[in-house]
Amino acid sequence: MDINDFDHHTHIEGTTIFDGRMAMKGYGLNKMCYAFNRADMRDAFVADPEEFMDRYGLTEPQKKAVRAKDVLGMIAEGGNIYYLAKLAGIWKLSVQDVGAQQTGMTTEEFKQKLLDHAKPEGK
Amino acid sequence: MAKIIGGITTSHIPAVGNAIANNLQDDPYWKPFFDGYPKIHDWLAEKKPDVVINIYNDHGLGFFLDQMPTFAIGAAHEYKNEDEGWGIPQLDPFPGAPELSWHIIEGMVEDEFDITSCQELPVDHGFVVPMQLFWPGAPHNKDMPRAIPVSANTVIHPIPTLNRALNFGKSMRKAVESWPEDLTVVVLGTGGLSHQLDGERAGFINHDFDRMCMEKIVDTPEELTKISRMELVEKAGAQGTEFLMWMMMRGALGKKVKLLTENYHIPISNTGAGTMLLECMDD
Repeated sequence: MDINDFDHHTHIEGTTIFDGRMAMKGYGLNKMCYAFNRADMRDAFVADPEEFMDRYGLTEPQKKAVRAKDVLGMIAEGGNIYYLAKLAGIWKLSVQDVGAQQTGMTTEEFKQKLLDHAKPEGK
Repeated sequence: MAKIIGGITTSHIPAVGNAIANNLQDDPYWKPFFDGYPKIHDWLAEKKPDVVINIYNDHGLGFFLDQMPTFAIGAAHEYKNEDEGWGIPQLDPFPGAPELSWHIIEGMVEDEFDITSCQELPVDHGFVVPMQLFWPGAPHNKDMPRAIPVSANTVIHPIPTLNRALNFGKSMRKAVESWPEDLTVVVLGTGGLSHQLDGERAGFINHDFDRMCMEKIVDTPEELTKISRMELVEKAGAQGTEFLMWMMMRGALGKKVKLLTENYHIPISNTGAGTMLLECMDD
């Protein structure tokens, strides 16, 4: 049986609901990123990313997305943003850099988009 | 008897930790955010609570997907914020209150809330940043209360419902108030408000929804329990589900509360940042 047959979640544009279905797909990738809480693991990844990805059993599409630093690609392959943030940290990408990449903007444009949300109080 | 005297909400954005480390409180970007805190500092200086229950959501430090508790309560002698991978400053340990932790766990499981107890729990920015905001210099503030961390899962769906979150707080209140020692307790609800980090909708912020939540949580939190979890994701953003922590806190404050101060500012990092101080008014 395919778990899609009993999907619990509504579709929300531009949003991937990270649930059991995505977690099954992304376990190795997320586990690798969880390891990046440790400095020695971050160093090991930087020294040899291919060996490190093999160690955690990443799938070929996951490896491809990691090599390309493609955040949307990693999410599509089951990556969870809280763990991916640790990988983004290794690459020195801020949450605004990550947001810009996913929305096809420059980081400056993305920051402006955030500022544009502000409304004067009382409105 | 232990008594819950009030609740405080705040966002717990990692960038705030860096702003504090770099003394940016008066920087034009940060000032409107930090201006929300002096009244809270005054209230805490006057009340000097003995214990702080800090309700936050772990972001991939204390828990991984191998074992993910829906509700976890720390029962350790101290709590350390360990390396999260991208460098917020690491502080000295926060002293715990393990006897009260175990009393709360006993009481809540008796009340049929099945809690995961944690004798070790590394705490991340979700726990630490609010402590730094409310007790500057934490943990070395002279008024620093002993801490009990409570973490709810917002990493992986299914997450708890808003109704369950509110009821969690109510159950926790009963457990705290059955503790025989005379202690005063403040409860923090941290995280939110609207934000989304992932996907093509990254950068989503919802001013009107945040303001509605801040208004209703004061006197009519039950109305907010009608919001479904998917509606919460849609209206507050994928990480705006952290509003569950605010609901857990609100449940712990009893029926009647008084709003003493609030602040709302967009944006801090990718987030609509909300701060509220609610004093308990029952009995």
